[in-house]
Order: sequence, then structure tokens, then C-alpha cells
Amino acid sequence: MSSFWNIWVWVLTLGSIVGCFILLRWCLKNFAGVEEGESMGHSFDGIEELNNQLPKWWSTFFLLTIIWAFGYLALYGLGNWTGILGWKSSNQGILNIAESKAKTLEYLKKDSGVLVQYDREIVQADAKYGPIFDAYAARSIEDLSTDAEALKVGQRLFIQNCSQCHGSDARGTTGFPNLADKDWLYGGSPEKIKETIMHGRKAVGMMAWAGAIGGEQGVKEVAAYVISLSGRSVNADLAKAGKAKFGLCAGCHGSDGQGSLALGLPMGAPNLSDNTWLYGGSQRAIEESIRNGRAGVMPPWKAILGEEKVHVISAYIYSLSQD
Amino acid sequence: MKNIHEKVEKNVGLFFLFTVLAISIGGLVEITPLFFQKELAQPVDNLKPYTALQMEGRDIYIREGCHVCHSQMIRPFRAETERYGHYSVAGEHVWEHPFLWGSKRTGPDLARVGQRYSDDWHIAHLTDPRSVVPESNMPAYNWLNTNTLDGELTGKKLETFNWLTRNRSHKDENGNAIPLYTPAEIDGAADAVKGKTEMDALVAYLQSLGHALK
Repeated sequence: MSSFWNIWVWVLTLGSIVGCFILLRWCLKNFAGVEEGESMGHSFDGIEELNNQLPKWWSTFFLLTIIWAFGYLALYGLGNWTGILGWKSSNQGILNIAESKAKTLEYLKKDSGVLVQYDREIVQADAKYGPIFDAYAARSIEDLSTDAEALKVGQRLFIQNCSQCHGSDARGTTGFPNLADKDWLYGGSPEKIKETIMHGRKAVGMMAWAGAIGGEQGVKEVAAYVISLSGRSVNADLAKAGKAKFGLCAGCHGSDGQGSLALGLPMGAPNLSDNTWLYGGSQRAIEESIRNGRAGVMPPWKAILGEEKVHVISAYIYSLSQD
Repeated sequence: MKNIHEKVEKNVGLFFLFTVLAISIGGLVEITPLFFQKELAQPVDNLKPYTALQMEGRDIYIREGCHVCHSQMIRPFRAETERYGHYSVAGEHVWEHPFLWGSKRTGPDLARVGQRYSDDWHIAHLTDPRSVVPESNMPAYNWLNTNTLDGELTGKKLETFNWLTRNRSHKDENGNAIPLYTPAEIDGAADAVKGKTEMDALVAYLQSLGHALK
């Protein structure tokens, strides 16, 4: 703050506090020209106004707030002066994360003379929760998935960060996978689950096929074949025509529609031969998927949550498909 | 002694004047000096201007009143930073006109919502919030899917932001201000957004939020 604004703040602040004191003193004087306790000469509906002083308790409290103000300013500072505590709520005016971290480290030193409330709060929390997460990090995800306390922590983190897409029961919804079944797009081993959360997933992406397979008729045919893969009855002629075109789909979904995971491939193409449907299993939904394509994205969480929390969430998710 | 206090009691105009004077002191001390603080007008290192589409999305965000229920201001408390990420700093918001900090959270803070969820999720959620979050009380904004942008004013908006941010843009190595948008970007703005839906624009805006502090 420039010296002009520093002076501005000092003068206005101290001026108004002193001004309040003077105003109080002045208002405590009797200048009504009437004796204390005597009538002011007004009477309304038989109620007479007397010349009374401000209540003692009120003026005393007013005085106390003025004294309090000086104590407050001495502790927390004014203008450019940081006060006895050197207190700040946080590090403002930072231009990047590195600067934020550097300032945090600098001000946490005992002799820095600056007390950043937020950083202190974090240090205290780390001291309390750090060892718990360290202990979890040292154990395997399988091991954690049988620890009731770790699962509770994992569930809390899941509900806060993951439930928006996957649902608070982790059973997903249209377009967002169910994590509580045994059907996986990228693998359900502890390592794969953790990898998915840490780095996210981006489906290679199903293109819009309508043009390549002969328009609406082609879409109907392929949809019929896809429905038949999971054992439902369909129009045999349509399915036969669809089967002939399914070669285009086999690159990702496999020749029998068993999905990319079964083929050991990483593109996240669902298994079409089971009865789990990420985007809906009705004829209309399947046709829609074929017509316009699909491309699911799971955002990466490493930067937001950090590995320790992802580890615990992985254990929670792994536990859901284990019984 | 004459009763001076009576003058204030019996003169509404004078009483009003004293009242305004008294309540303005807080603002004069706490707000006015901030207008003249250089360090608060400096953009964070990684701050990037909104693209034409994001700029249109921002206007839709304002039009639909998203800021009435969602704040864009993460306060420096652990309870907030655990949920939303690093607390907000001044340099992230220096190009915002108007600020969309909000003052009420019926829904969560959105200051760092960008890239937290997929585009598909945003579209599903804006079209029908309860399809993905059953307990949500957010209204549905399904018309965003069908309204398309014509881009008629997009270039003008970018131009206006160049002017609004003229004293607080990034500087090149010689200390000269770098305008947010080049003339080519302003000219191409209409084509960049033409035909896109309002949903595309709003999602583009939401996905851009919160990445400047790196």
C-alpha cells in the first residue's frame, strides 16, 4: 500500500474511533437547559418526556467497544502495519502455485513474524490426518478394502468427489458406469481402478456410424444384431444384415462383441454380449449410440485429490465389486 | 446552554447527511484503497482470456442467473479448499467484468469446476440435473440444447474486454501491454461461435474455470 493510502487508512480509522469517543462525551453532557430528571415540557397522551441521561450500561458498553477497538488494532494491525500478531487470513496477491507454496513455507518459520491463519489450519490438519493417510498408503488396496474404517473414509471421499457422475451408491446412471457390478471398461483390478482415477480415461470414442453403414436402415440392422448378442429375440433378417456390417465394429468391440477389455485393448469399448448397457439397452438407445457415436471421459483426479486419497477411494470402489 | 442536538433530531436532511457520512467510513477505509493497489490488478501468470465461445458461455451464465446460486470464490478455509481446491486469489479475477463471485451458495462453488467433470456430464446435468444427481434441486436448462448462437455481437464483446482490461493485461518483455484479443481473433469471433448451441458455449465456459493458478 502506498504511503498516501496508508495514512488515509490510519487517519480515517483512528479519527472515527476518537470521533466516537468525543461524540459519546458530548452526548453525556446535559445541554437541554432542563435539570436532570425534570420534564422537557412535552406531553403525549399523558406520557411526559423527562430529561434523562443515556443509560449507564449503554454508555459504558460504548466506551468498552472503543477500548476494544484499540486492542484489536494493536493485535491485527492497521494499513501497512501488520500488528503484534502479524496476522493474515491467507496469502493473497500470489501469481502461481509455486509462489503460494514458497510463501507458506517462509511464513511457517517461527521467526517470520507473520501468522497466516489458513496455513496454520492446514499444518494442524496435516498433523492430525497425515499419519492416518500415510498408514493407508503403506497398505495394499486389497488389504484396505477389508478395513471398515478405511472404507468409511473412502466412501466419504467418493460421495464428495465421485457421486456427481457415478451416483451416491456408485451404481452409475446412463452414460456413467456402474462401479458396483463386475463389468469394467478398463479393468477392475486394484491397480487398474487406481490408474483410472489417477490419470482419468478418455474413450477412443465411437464415431457416428450412420453414414458408413448405410444410413438409417444400416443403423436398424446393426442395432438388431447387437441386441441379439445378449440373447434377446430380434428380426432375424435385420440381424443377419447387421452381422454382415458388424465387422466395422469388431475392431473395438471384438468379433463377438465381447468388448475391448476382453481383447486386452485399452480403448474402453463396452462388452455388447452381456446385459449391461452404459448408454441404455433399449432398441432406441442402441440405435442412438450407433447413429451418433459415444465418447465417455473420466477426468484425472491426481492433481485435485492427490495419490493418498485416490488410494483410499480405490479401495472403496474395489470393495464394492468383491462380494 | 442551547440544545444543539435538537437540530439533528428535527432536520431530516441533516440527519441523513450525518448517517451517510457515518456508514461510508467503513467503505472508505476498507474498499477505496483497494482500487489503487497495483498488486491486486496483476493477472496470475497463467491467466488466459476466454475464447469467443467461452465468452458467449459466460454471458449465458449471467443471463440464466447461475451466479445467484453458485459462487466463484473459494475462501481460505480448509473445509473449502479440501472440497474445491486452492483458495481464490485476486490475480485470477482481474479480467472479470463483472465479477461473478456471487454471494450465496445454493449449489456448490464453481471457481475450479473446469475439467472436474466430463462435457457429457455437464450436458446431462444442465439438461436434466436429476438424471445424474437425484437429490439436486437445480432447475433444468434444456433449452440451451436448442438455442443457437448467431455470433453477431461476439466480436464486439471481445473488443470491449480489450478496452476494459487495458490497464491490467499481461506485459511483454518491453513492458508493453498485450491486449487480450488480436484483431484477427475479434474478426473471427462471429465465425467461431456461429451455429454452436448455447449448451456448447456454457459447457466451454464452465470447463475453462479455475485453471489459471498453476
